Amino acid sequence: MKLIIAIIQPHRLEEVKEELYKAEVNLLTVNEVLGHGRQKGVTEVYRGHKETGNLLRKIRLEIAVNDNFVDQTIKAIVKGAKTGATGDGKIFVLDLKECVRIRTEERGTAAIG
Amino acid sequence: MLNTGDTAWVLMSSALVLLMTPALAFFYGGMVRRKNVLSVLMQCFIIMCVLSLHWVLFGYSISFAPGNGFWGGLQWFGLNGVGLEPYADYAGTIPHQAFMIFQAMFAIITPALIVGAFAERMKFSAFLVFTLLWATFVYGPLCHWVWGIGGWLRNFGALDFAGGTVVHINAGIAALVTAIILGKRSNLDKNVPSPHNMPFVVLGTGLLWFGWFGFNAGSALAANGLAVNAFVVTNTAAAAAGLSWALIEWIHNGKPTIFGACSGAVAGLVAITPAAGFVSVLPAIAIGLLVSVFCFIAVTVIKPKFGYDDSLDAFGVHCVGGIWGALATGLFASKLVNPAGADGLFFGNPKQFLVQLMAVGVTIVYTGITTLIIYKIVDFFIGVRVNEKQEAMGLDLTQHHERAYTVLE
Repeated sequence: MKLIIAIIQPHRLEEVKEELYKAEVNLLTVNEVLGHGRQKGVTEVYRGHKETGNLLRKIRLEIAVNDNFVDQTIKAIVKGAKTGATGDGKIFVLDLKECVRIRTEERGTAAIG
Repeated sequence: MLNTGDTAWVLMSSALVLLMTPALAFFYGGMVRRKNVLSVLMQCFIIMCVLSLHWVLFGYSISFAPGNGFWGGLQWFGLNGVGLEPYADYAGTIPHQAFMIFQAMFAIITPALIVGAFAERMKFSAFLVFTLLWATFVYGPLCHWVWGIGGWLRNFGALDFAGGTVVHINAGIAALVTAIILGKRSNLDKNVPSPHNMPFVVLGTGLLWFGWFGFNAGSALAANGLAVNAFVVTNTAAAAAGLSWALIEWIHNGKPTIFGACSGAVAGLVAITPAAGFVSVLPAIAIGLLVSVFCFIAVTVIKPKFGYDDSLDAFGVHCVGGIWGALATGLFASKLVNPAGADGLFFGNPKQFLVQLMAVGVTIVYTGITTLIIYKIVDFFIGVRVNEKQEAMGLDLTQHHERAYTVLE
């Protein structure tokens, strides 16, 4: 089991979701986060007071999958989120020790899908 | 003869109508995504600044100076000759400048209405130039034709009490034209944006309704019975239309929504605008109940069918509602309400309906063509649309270097 965490551009969320559904990955959690990668931040000015290098809004997806779903999930996220410009985001894949479905108390791979 | 009551009412009404522009800003601002809310507020707000100056410098002169049938001319440039004595051709009991400042508020809100069509994708610089040209070459002449001394539509007998053609059809058609040539917002087919702050929409609607009493009842230009009639039918039509839209949704979609009730109320206010000084209360109910039917069809059937992206339904509510209001005036107008008006079709004067139809047609053709030309000029010199990256990041950050809401702190 793996936990896939992806940081993407907010406006690509719909495309990513669509690609994930096509790849039969239907369970995900979405967060709004702030982040700073290689993409330059933005300038904000409030009554002449300039703030640069501010954190940019990003979307963070968390998807728990069984091992045989990892590749297609990554491909789907890339397909949906990639524009080719800096700021497209990153995908992290972590080992997942355990998963419990609260409703049934199932554990492990059966609980994920 | 100067009348203090009339003067007080017109000044108060001017303040009420001014409030409609920030009200509209919140009505529209709530409907956009939160990355664009400041851009909408800013567009509406800067119109108050820019067009207030435009109006006292030459906008009022173009619209209301005697001039000829098509153009007021520049003889009242900088309010030269527009003084504190009444000017009987427009309003005989209030200072000329009171009439002028009341009309200023109409000139401000009309271009602000168009903002709804190009929200979330127009460059701020291009917006400013477009607005100035539009106020000069579309609003000014049309206002003169309908309300100015010697204006040819006024001489023709077209009834427009508070601005159904001059304000709502005018802005609505300009909205449709800009929405079509500007093109859709990107990613729209996959991702229809939800309004980011519905309470703002309700706040805006409430303040619009409030301000509209100045718009319509103030258009009597006196604290008299006609103003009271306009006040009563305005409230009645807004109420009927808000209820009607919610009921249509309830029947059609299963649940009534606050967004629907607000959209309906605004549509009702639009529709009663040209009629407010000519119809009585029962026709006002009919005007309100029916306007929601027409506008609902416009925004839920016609817009998706033709695929133009009138982001916040400036055309669907203001133009469609305005046309219905102008035509309904030709149906329901009665000399019993206003002896200075005319009878409509249902009061034995079918000719009035045809006159109203012609005024609507003239507005659509003139505004449509002139707006298109102005757009093309601005697009050629400045470029109207922001680039794709700016659109994705939002206009607040890219056009104004501000954001409305912080995530942390």
